[in-house]
Order: sequence, then C-alpha cells, then structure tokens
Amino acid sequence: MDIQTMILTLQKHWSDQGCILMQAYDTEKGAGTMSPMTLLRSLGPEPWNVAYVEPSRRPADGRYGENPNRLYQHHQFQVIMKPSPDDIQEIYLQSLEALGIDPKQHDIRFVEDNWENPTLGAAGLGWEVWLDGMEITQFTYFQQIGGLEAKPVSAEITYGIERLASYIQDKENVFDLEWTNGVTVGDIFSQPEYEHSVYTFEESDEKMLFDLFTTYEKEAEKLMEKDLVFPAYDYVLKCSHTFNLLDAKGVISVTERTGYIGRVRNLARKIAKTYVEKREELGFPMLKEESAHE
Amino acid sequence: MSNQALFEIGLEELPARFIGDAETQLEKRTKEWLEQNRLPVERVSIYSTPRRLAVLIEGLPDKQQDIEEKAKGPAKHIALDEEGEWSKAAVGFSRGQGKSVEDIYFEEIKGVAYAHVDKYIEGEATKDILKGFKEVILSLTFPKNMRWGNRSLKYVRPIRWLIALFEEEIVPFEIEGVATGNRTNGHRFLGEEVLISQPSRYESELLKQYVIADRSRRKEEIREQLQRLQKEKGWEIHEDEELLMEVTDLVEYPTVFSGAFDESFLTVPEEALITSMKEHQRYFPVHSENKLLPYFVGVRNGDDQFIRNVAKGNEKVLRARLSDAQFFFEEDQKVSIESRLEKLKKIVYQEDLGTLAEKVDRVEDLAVFLSDKLAISSDEKANVQRAAHISKFDLVTQMVDEFTNLQGLMGEKYAKLFGENDEVATAMREQYMPKQAGSPSPETTVGSLLSLAEKLDTIVGTISIGNLPTGSQDPYGLRRQALGVLQIIEDRHFVLSLTELLDEVLVYYEQKGLGTEDRQKIRSDVHEFFNARAAYLLKRDNVENDVVEAVLTEGIGYYSITKEKAHLLSEKRNEESFRYVHEAFGRVLNMSGKAEGSSVDSSLFMKEEETKLFTMHLEIKKEFFKQLDQGEVVESLRTLSDLAEPIHNFFENIMVMTEDRDIRLNRLALLKDIADTIYTFADFNAVQWKQQN
Repeated sequence: MDIQTMILTLQKHWSDQGCILMQAYDTEKGAGTMSPMTLLRSLGPEPWNVAYVEPSRRPADGRYGENPNRLYQHHQFQVIMKPSPDDIQEIYLQSLEALGIDPKQHDIRFVEDNWENPTLGAAGLGWEVWLDGMEITQFTYFQQIGGLEAKPVSAEITYGIERLASYIQDKENVFDLEWTNGVTVGDIFSQPEYEHSVYTFEESDEKMLFDLFTTYEKEAEKLMEKDLVFPAYDYVLKCSHTFNLLDAKGVISVTERTGYIGRVRNLARKIAKTYVEKREELGFPMLKEESAHE
Repeated sequence: MSNQALFEIGLEELPARFIGDAETQLEKRTKEWLEQNRLPVERVSIYSTPRRLAVLIEGLPDKQQDIEEKAKGPAKHIALDEEGEWSKAAVGFSRGQGKSVEDIYFEEIKGVAYAHVDKYIEGEATKDILKGFKEVILSLTFPKNMRWGNRSLKYVRPIRWLIALFEEEIVPFEIEGVATGNRTNGHRFLGEEVLISQPSRYESELLKQYVIADRSRRKEEIREQLQRLQKEKGWEIHEDEELLMEVTDLVEYPTVFSGAFDESFLTVPEEALITSMKEHQRYFPVHSENKLLPYFVGVRNGDDQFIRNVAKGNEKVLRARLSDAQFFFEEDQKVSIESRLEKLKKIVYQEDLGTLAEKVDRVEDLAVFLSDKLAISSDEKANVQRAAHISKFDLVTQMVDEFTNLQGLMGEKYAKLFGENDEVATAMREQYMPKQAGSPSPETTVGSLLSLAEKLDTIVGTISIGNLPTGSQDPYGLRRQALGVLQIIEDRHFVLSLTELLDEVLVYYEQKGLGTEDRQKIRSDVHEFFNARAAYLLKRDNVENDVVEAVLTEGIGYYSITKEKAHLLSEKRNEESFRYVHEAFGRVLNMSGKAEGSSVDSSLFMKEEETKLFTMHLEIKKEFFKQLDQGEVVESLRTLSDLAEPIHNFFENIMVMTEDRDIRLNRLALLKDIADTIYTFADFNAVQWKQQN
C-alpha cells in the first residue's frame, strides 16, 4: 500500500467514526499536537472529533537526507476524539486492519508511554503502540493542556506515517517509500531534506533567529492584550519553531533553554485560559449543537 | 458451606511496572477487607495480566460471623445516682448499644465495677456484604493515575469491564458507568468474550481464550521456553529477572521467538548493542562462551502462528536501531578529544557552579592535589592529570547522548581509539565507580583518584551552593557519592584524613569564590554530611550508636582507623576488665573541661601521683601516636590504657579543686593534656557502659 492510499484509508476510517477531516495547519510546527485543531480544541467542554495529516518539522533530526530513518520533516496522521469513546482502542485497531495489518499475523502491543510537552504545559497518559517491536503510534489520553485540566478527556492518536509505511511496504530506507504511482519519498523530499539540513546546521542566521524569537513573542503578547487567541497562538508556534532552529544549531545553553521554554509556556498558558473563556462567552456553541441533536 | 467469589477489573493496558505492586496491594486489601467484614476464608488468589487484575476468594461462609460481645460502659458510681437510680450516662450507654437499662449488669475490672451489656449481632448474608468489595477496587493506588472520557475518577487506566461473582450469582455494583457482570475478555486478537459461570472456572476459561492469568505461571512459561530455545540452539540466554518480569507483565499469552542481526554490528561496543536490545526493545541478548552473538530473543504476545513474520518485523526494527548506534559510533570517532573539550565550555553544569569545562578544571586541580598528598609517582601523577583533563569529553559524543547509561564506558573506548594510554582510558570508566553503595571500587590508582576528585567536587560544590540533601530529597545522589568516597579510601588503603581533606577542598572552593556567603555553615554542612554517611556505614556494621558518636567526635579522620576503633570499642564495652580503663578516661575527660588554658608546670607538682601521671603520659604519648598513625589500633589502645592506673591513683590521692589557684590550674592543665591525647582515640564519655545483668 502506498502512502497516499494509507492516508486515504485512514481518512475514510476516521471520517466514518464521525471525525471532521481537516487539512494540515499552515504554520511550521514540530508535531500534529501543536495544531490549534488539537491544542486549542481539546480544551473546554465542547465535543470535538477531528483527523488530519500534519507535516511536522524537527530541525534537530535533519540528516541531509543521508540517514535511512531520520527526517527534518516527517508526516503524522493525527486524530482527536473528545470525549474519548469507550471503545477507542478497538476503533484504532480496526484502522490498522483497514491498512491491511492483520493483528493475528503480527504482535501488537500497548506499551506504557506518558507524553509530556512542558513548552505547552501539556501532559497525558497512554502508550506507544508497537507493531512487531516498532513504535507506530502514540496513543494519549490528554490530562492537561496549557496548564488547564483537560475535561472531558480527549484521546489523541498520532500515527507516524513514514514509520508505518516502512513496515507496510517493507522498505529499509525512508526515501525508498512509495508515495503514489511509483513516485517515492526520495523523489519529493530528498532535496528539501538536504537543503533544510544545510540551512539548519550551517547557514541559519543566529542573530536573526534570536531577534525573530523576541519579535514573535512580543507580537503574541500584544495580541493577547486584545484577547486575539488564534493569531496569538500562531505567533507562539512561530516562537516554538524558531527556538527549535536555534536549539538544533546548538547555540542555546542549558540554562537559556529553560528560560526560553518558560517564556513560551507562559504564553501558551495564557492563550489556553483565554481560549476557554472566549468559548464560554460564545456559550460553547458546539456543545449546544450536540444537545440539539439529541 | 464453602463458597467462592471472583472479582475482575478489566482495564486498558496497565503499565508493566505497576503490576507487581498492584498484585500485592490487591491481596493485602482483600484480606483486610474480609477480616473487617468478619468473613473468614480458606484462600485468596491473585491474577494479573496487562488487561486485568483479579482475585479469587475460596472458602467463603454463607454469612458473616455473628458478634457476641460484652460492651463496657461507665463505672458503677457513675451509672447509678445517689438514690440508686440509673443515671443519664447509664441510659445513654445502653441506648447507644441498642439495649435498655434492664440489660445492664456490673462486672469488676481491676477492682472497679463497671456497667456492661451483652451484645449480639447477627451476620449478614455474604452475597450482600460482597457488594462492598467495590471499595477494595477503588482503594488500590498507583504511581500515576488518569481520567478518561467524561469521567472524573482517577485510576491507573480506564476500566472497561468488571466481574463480580458469588458462586453463580452476579454481585451488583457499578464503577464509573461500568456495571459488574460475569463476562470477561480473552486475548485481544486470539480470544473472545467469555462467560465465567463459576468463580473456580476463571483461570481455565481464560486459558481457552489465550490468556494465562496467573502471573507466576506466565513467567515460568517464558522461562521454560527460553531454556528450550537455549538448548536447541546451543546459546546462553542470561537469566535476567528484571527483564523476565517486565516481559511477563507485557503479555497475556507468551511465545518466545528468536531473530538475527548482521554480524557487522558486533564492531559497535557490546554495551550499546545490549542497551538497544534490552532497554529499547525488551529482547534478551544471546551469548556463547561469554561472547555476544548476532541474535536476539523476544517474547510475543500471542501464539506461534505467523511467528516468523513477527520475528522478521522485529529484526527490521532492531536493524534500524543498531544502524543508528553504528552511525553514532563511527561519527564520534571523527571528532578529536580536544574539540570535544571545547564543547564543554558551552554546557552549563549547574547554574552557580559554571560550565562543564569549569567543573573539569576543578576536578583536575583536586586530582593533582590528591596525587601530591598521596605522593604517587610522577608518571602516575601525569596520568591522573591527563585523565582528569579529558574526563568529561564523552558526555558530548552522540553515543552518550543516545545511550546516557554508557557515560564513562564510551569515554574509555574512545580514549583508547584516540591513543590515550590504558591507565588514562580505564580512569574514564572508573571515575563513576562505585556505581552504587557496595559495588566495586576503581581498581587502578589513577581511576581511584579521579573518582575521588570527581565526587568531592560534586559533593562540596553542590552543598556550597546550598543544595544539601534533605530527607528523601537527594536529586544529585550526593549520599551515594559520599559513601563512594569512604569506600574508595578504605578499599584502596589510602592514608588520607578525610577531615583534613574536606577542609582543604573547602578552602579551594572559597578561593575560587564559589558557594554562598556563609563559609562557616558550608563547612559544618559538609563535615556533618560526611559524618552522617560514616555513621550510617558503622551502624550498618552493627556498631552501637554511642560508640559511633564516640569515634566521630573529632570528625572522620582516617576512615579505616576510625572504623577499627569503632569495632574495638564495640567489643570492649562488654568486657568487665575494660571498665577500669573506661572509668579512668571518663574522669579525666570530665574534669578537663574546667581547665583554663594554662600549660603544665612540673615545678608546681605537690604530690608523687601527679608527677607519676605526668611522666607516664610523656612516656606513652609518643608510642601511642606512632601506633595510631600506623593503624595499629589495638596496640594503641593498649598503650593508652597504661594510663588507667596512674589516673586512678591520681584521683584517689589528690584533690584537684584545691584552694590554691596555681596548683589547681596546674592540675587541670595536666588533665587537659591527657584528655587531648585520649580524645584522639575517642570520646570515652560518649560510650555508655553496657549494663551487666
């Protein structure tokens, strides 16, 4: 099964479960969790079921396209179901079957892995899902987001698309994976992987990045004074990506690191709190919709 | 009649590391609960898999035990008023017991008469009582708990089904929207939902659904399969209890399989390969004649169908992991030690203690200082200095970044590859020894000195900036490291006074301008911290508290000598013959406190006994200190004991606190001199004479 078919299959599967199919969010980010479609929408009492593919940038993982397993940018298939359904594990396992993975022919396990993102004041409990020893999915019950208690609890399911594909297509090298019709990941991403690695490790302008961080941070703060949650959050995402670029370049010391993470966290907390307040002002519209159906 | 009950909590996959403790708790709470509810039973059996915790109770009675007991009330003079009528207290008491005043009778307890009533409570039906078992389920505690869906309960993982059975009957209760029933789930992929008609059928029904519910049976099953494989292939699979237990708690139906990896990976240090296999993948590594083989053994959660497919998948995962390790290992060798050291300048060690490079500078200074103190050869000293200088370079290699538990070990390997001599290379690894209290000390002198310097810097540094460990808080492992310092000094027979050494390190820190303002507090914190560790070690060796106090009054000093003193005193305090010496020393130590700092003037001696004690002290003193310096502890105490007789004679014939001031002060000064000598051995006044019965 090629990657395109995998994505279509997962979209169909989760769409059938009542998920809204969203598109990737247009700001650089390290993980699907950071999309406002997850991070903000999993806050507050409104039900929310969503699925989308998220290109995720991890500058420090860039390897000039030479490492068979590591990428500057990989793809995640992200699912959020709030509140988490009672049979969420079964629904997930069915999605693997839809991808042609017969559990009886493999060894599928749920191995404890608790997720924490201090930058976003977020934490959850759950597992990494192992397929014959390979971690293919992160499965998390959100307990806290932006420093606020997640109530009701969302189940977050994050598939590592390339990981899963390398298993399904039985390929050793990520660049040999078929995206569609004979077009490989290498065809599409070799050049960007190489160039982004050169940029990240050699060419990035540290001073400019430090300045950008401060600029983005100020902008986010300014926007928060006006309670403009979504634009403020975009700038937090920009801060986060800028920080990752600086970190990958190795110019942030351990102490500074804590400082930067603290600054982003404070913003994230403020945004989370205001988001919930603003939804409340609006009367939690999606909650109303839900009860109208009943 | 003997009945059975079964409770099962069906959960989403439990963390493997919680299961052992959960079993212990479930058994303990169940037994306590049964006892509280007056339900005597024959047997309580616990079951657990990643998806369930269960308890089978056998030999339950039909109903609770009845209660027949005497309730004690107020004393007779309170129960009856002056007219002999029942008082309010008596009425209240009987009513409180569900009785009336007519039921009251008096009985004496220790000569006083008290009101009593007989109570009889009939036991309720067991099946009704069992509804309360819910509280046992909710009383289990876990290191981490979570909420799910719209629920507010915090539990280890979401509860998905519950079984509560008394014989064939369902015991009804509900937890977070899940009602009890008599159906359980088998293995996720091989089994089905199944009805448990009778508690006793639990284990056998589950087995049919590919679940081995008994944890120890599951473990034995894996062990046997491992042994079979071992025999079949001619391999050695080390019995790793911890890994075996973890794997047991990750599967419901175990099947062992093996896989292979490319031999070329064997060029990567074995420890890295083993870490990848064990810690990351939960595989058992395979050896033959103590050599690592390019195979691994895993345990599948399922049967042996398509097992080759599973093995193939696992091989692929391991290949990717080992390729990473190989890549790191090769890349690391392209960067020289010197440029690694440059990198240490950018890494903060602790905010108030500077960068790692600065720490390395201090360790180097301390290591050189120790080398001089112990007067080791100049070759060795050069090695110590070089070892200290490069001691942390491996912390910035990719291998250690990926496998943090390989710090030191990778240092050793890379140091060798970069042409450092064996002594220096070995010290890279040995600086972290002993890894835990009681595990081996460094074998080489270079490694030992580096380890001492490294630990002293960490301990003194951390305490200097105000991070003295308190209670259970010891985030930097200072206690373990201090024990390591004592252990190395002892194991390596280093003639080092720790008390002196600590003072010297403290001075060095002060000169460097590190630490808080209050130098006096830092000094006493550091000394007390080490004293407490020495005391801990001595007490662990069964030395009594008072003896520990006696030998540590003047600080740890030469630890091996201090330790021997402690053991000697611990023995002597039981010997009647030593009492004479003990008393003599005690009297001197008591009186010496009154001395006013003048020195002894022999022309002021009035009595023979004074002169005798004075000359005797002069005579034995030299010998005593010589023996003590050479570590001849038993002999030194014997020499010191020669003073006992002249001391007793002194006190019997001489009045110390005489009217004449000069004579009095002279006598006190003499006692003070002698006391100083005695204190170098121990504070004998702290030693309590063991009572002879």
